[in-house]
Amino acid sequence: MTLIEPVWTSLLYLAAAVCFILALKGLNSPRTARRGNLVGAFGAALAVATVFVSVKMDNVPWILGAMVVGSSVAAPVARQVKMTQMPQLVALFNGVGGGAAALVALLELAHTEDRWVRVAIVFTLLVGAVSFAGSAITFSKLQELMTTRPVVFPGLPTLMGAVLLAAVGAAVAVVFSGSFVLALVLLLLGLTAGVLLVLPVGGADVPIVISLLNAFTGLAVAASGLVLGNVLLVVAGTLVGASGTILTRAMAAAMGRSVAGILFGAFKGGSTAGSTAVSDRPVRSSSPEDVAVLLGYAQRVIIVPGYGLAVAQGQHTAAELAIALEARGIDVDFAIHPVAGRMPGHMNVLLAEANVPYESLKEMGEINSEFRTTDVALVVGANDVVNPAAKTTAGSPIYGMPILEVADARQVVFLKRSMRPGFAGIENELMYEPQTTLLFGDAKESLTKVLSAVKAL
Amino acid sequence: MDGIALLTITVLAIFVGFEVVSKVSSTLHTPLMSGANAIHGIILVGAIIVAGQASDPWVLAVALLAVVLATANLVGGFVVTDRMLEMFHGRKREVGADGKSAANKLEAIKPEARKGTR
Repeated sequence: MTLIEPVWTSLLYLAAAVCFILALKGLNSPRTARRGNLVGAFGAALAVATVFVSVKMDNVPWILGAMVVGSSVAAPVARQVKMTQMPQLVALFNGVGGGAAALVALLELAHTEDRWVRVAIVFTLLVGAVSFAGSAITFSKLQELMTTRPVVFPGLPTLMGAVLLAAVGAAVAVVFSGSFVLALVLLLLGLTAGVLLVLPVGGADVPIVISLLNAFTGLAVAASGLVLGNVLLVVAGTLVGASGTILTRAMAAAMGRSVAGILFGAFKGGSTAGSTAVSDRPVRSSSPEDVAVLLGYAQRVIIVPGYGLAVAQGQHTAAELAIALEARGIDVDFAIHPVAGRMPGHMNVLLAEANVPYESLKEMGEINSEFRTTDVALVVGANDVVNPAAKTTAGSPIYGMPILEVADARQVVFLKRSMRPGFAGIENELMYEPQTTLLFGDAKESLTKVLSAVKAL
Repeated sequence: MDGIALLTITVLAIFVGFEVVSKVSSTLHTPLMSGANAIHGIILVGAIIVAGQASDPWVLAVALLAVVLATANLVGGFVVTDRMLEMFHGRKREVGADGKSAANKLEAIKPEARKGTR
């Protein structure tokens, strides 16, 4: 039954699209972000209500039932998930969105004779399937259902090439024949390509993959909008595609590498594997009490949290240390490198959860000039993102990567598990400098000891 | 709607998307991603249209699967983004020069922070 005129349908979809744009615009500042998200949710509700009253619908009870099932599964998960598990959840939602787009495209194939629409269908099918399977593998890696190391086997690049060629062949055949069976073959090829794409990607490169799959799902949804002639899907999908693309580029730039280099680097021989080479040069290692004295009598301290802090779940202890130091009248900020954590901006969320006010969370560009006037830079579980080799050593794997300039601080303290180099597998000269002190151990345990020593000062 | 109009909208949406998203502060990149994730859950509209036209039981089953997946994406995405953004708060009290009010702040926040470390 159609309750409203098509012109009203279009206007309501337009309103929903504007809501989505405002939702993203709200993210310009933490102050407006939450309201923006609610506007976005309102737009989504408006669009879903609109579809029920604007096209002739059968099976309405079934559809409503399916929506209840979907919401009642997702809402509790979304409410209870731990912030450290956010990358997994984002990967999961990404995958189901891509999967839904692929299914919609598959079913629409029977409803069209137009070749251009079929082009949009095969695109949605392929990209949606890649996103679904790729996200599933990313989820399994992050949730540690499978190994988190890069999975590389001989012939992988050849196999990937063959799958992609076959997919293009199947896509062309579907466009000209409209065959449902070939479309299923294309779906399977897309799923295989998604698995092969993510298998060789390891630990530190996961933020890139999540961003890229986010962009893929956006593109799939936009293409499904072209299939259905639905403007809202086109606009929403394109917004997501743009967001995913910008994040992918931002992550790649923050690593000083190209997107292609990250995705295909592992194909060529495991660039993310890291080395365990340890130099035997002397370093100045120290006790938690000494570190506490350094921190407790400073005027300005900058804490540089890295992947290691997130792994050790030490963000709450780091936040408590910051509060304890501020109680002594010390100026404390957190310097956050764009690739700290397991997805873009992840470290900010973890620290926000630990009650660090967002004014203290400083972006790299904002804080780099302040290290010069800093007494102590406390580096917790980070290595490559503070390695001066990125600036000084042409030929180093991280050369060109923007770093946090902790070397400018009067004292540098590293809390490290061992002398093992970071993901890039290169030594950090900064650790042998006279102003540097090292405290070995698990990030959370070290922070706890330093915290109690600071309180005892 | 005709193809050229859709293409026009697509191209303009690309520019709007890049313009809006490039202004997002990197502090909020994770909520951006999960918010964008929620937005692509609007594929639910497409899934509902397809399910509403289905006459064959198999087609309906597949379409309903798409509805379940898309709803999970849409609802879960907005809920988790809201939860995350709720945590971003500014300084509740200014730090005094003598550190005294900061000490109060320490007391005010500590129980919560402690709860979180468990």
